[in-house]
Amino acid sequence: MKFQISNFKFQIFLSLFTIHCLLFTVSDAHAMHISEGILPFNWALFWSVVAAPFVAWGLYKLKKQSSIDLSFKPFVGLMAAVVFIISCMPIPVPTAGTCSHPCGTGISGILVGPAISILIAAVALLIQALFLAHGGLSTWGANIVSMGVMGSFAGFLTFRALRSLKINMAVSGFMAGLFADWATYFTTSVELASGIKGDSPFMPLFWKILIAFIPTQLPLGILEGAMTAGMVVLLYKKRPDLLVKMRVLKPEEVTA
Amino acid sequence: MRFQISNFKFQIFLIVFLLFAIHCSLFTVVFASDKWSGVDESVIEKFAKEHGREAKEPLINTDQGDLLLFVFLLAGAVGGFAAGYYWRSLTEGRSRKSEARIQVTGNK
Repeated sequence: MKFQISNFKFQIFLSLFTIHCLLFTVSDAHAMHISEGILPFNWALFWSVVAAPFVAWGLYKLKKQSSIDLSFKPFVGLMAAVVFIISCMPIPVPTAGTCSHPCGTGISGILVGPAISILIAAVALLIQALFLAHGGLSTWGANIVSMGVMGSFAGFLTFRALRSLKINMAVSGFMAGLFADWATYFTTSVELASGIKGDSPFMPLFWKILIAFIPTQLPLGILEGAMTAGMVVLLYKKRPDLLVKMRVLKPEEVTA
Repeated sequence: MRFQISNFKFQIFLIVFLLFAIHCSLFTVVFASDKWSGVDESVIEKFAKEHGREAKEPLINTDQGDLLLFVFLLAGAVGGFAAGYYWRSLTEGRSRKSEARIQVTGNK
């Protein structure tokens, strides 16, 4: 038996669902981004300088791609909304008794490529830092590098590597989401340890921070993997032509 | 434009949604007792404090009373609407193209 839902109703449902998720999971900004003032000025500046060329690359790619293909902008808009929503939705991890949120850059890295995914993450992080008390303006660069650059590249490269080994779409998407999440927290540990270490050695502090992230991020990475796999498979079923256009799939893989 | 979802799939989706809603509501109750802090507090700020660094107030501090709830409401509405709007324009774009293609082939 089948029944129909109009696209408009689906849109309303999606909006209500998103509001519900965000409202019922907020009391303070239970985030994972590095907050305002945590990094010393020189380190904050360093990470901003590292992030800047990636953001510029994203802007260049967006301009170039949208001039070639008109349907690219709605797709980027969809991805931006998805990354924004996912990256400000805290999820409790009962095994750790803490909360964190997925990054979403794994899925955007796969679908729109790492350059535009970095740009999307930068915009999402800026809005969160400005209006949601989530992250910070001085730590914006560091957060772009961890969530945007590392998350997007980890997702993109993992997915491409697994697909080239003929691993199926769902497993490749799952692993891409998993590694995108873990790569983000690995980089956050590097940024935090290097920024706050002072005179103490880097490695012991880095390991301490990384190990402290594990109880929360290990299960959350698995959740992010499942979400990424679900979204890739949904698009494969609904719009395989888009995946071909974004070079996620080869045309023969769709017709096969 | 309309699309079809099988009854079974919709039921699964509904169950997952309800479980998630219950989960979120329980989660809010837990939050009220100041448990379940985010990893920014439990890891990042904890280690930063140990090394003499503390988080500063954000430039626009919306974390005051229910103001943050309002901002999250706006963010949820705008984000959800944007996602739905772009999803619709993507799926409608295809259906219009395929309808046009059917008409063209039909005319031939």
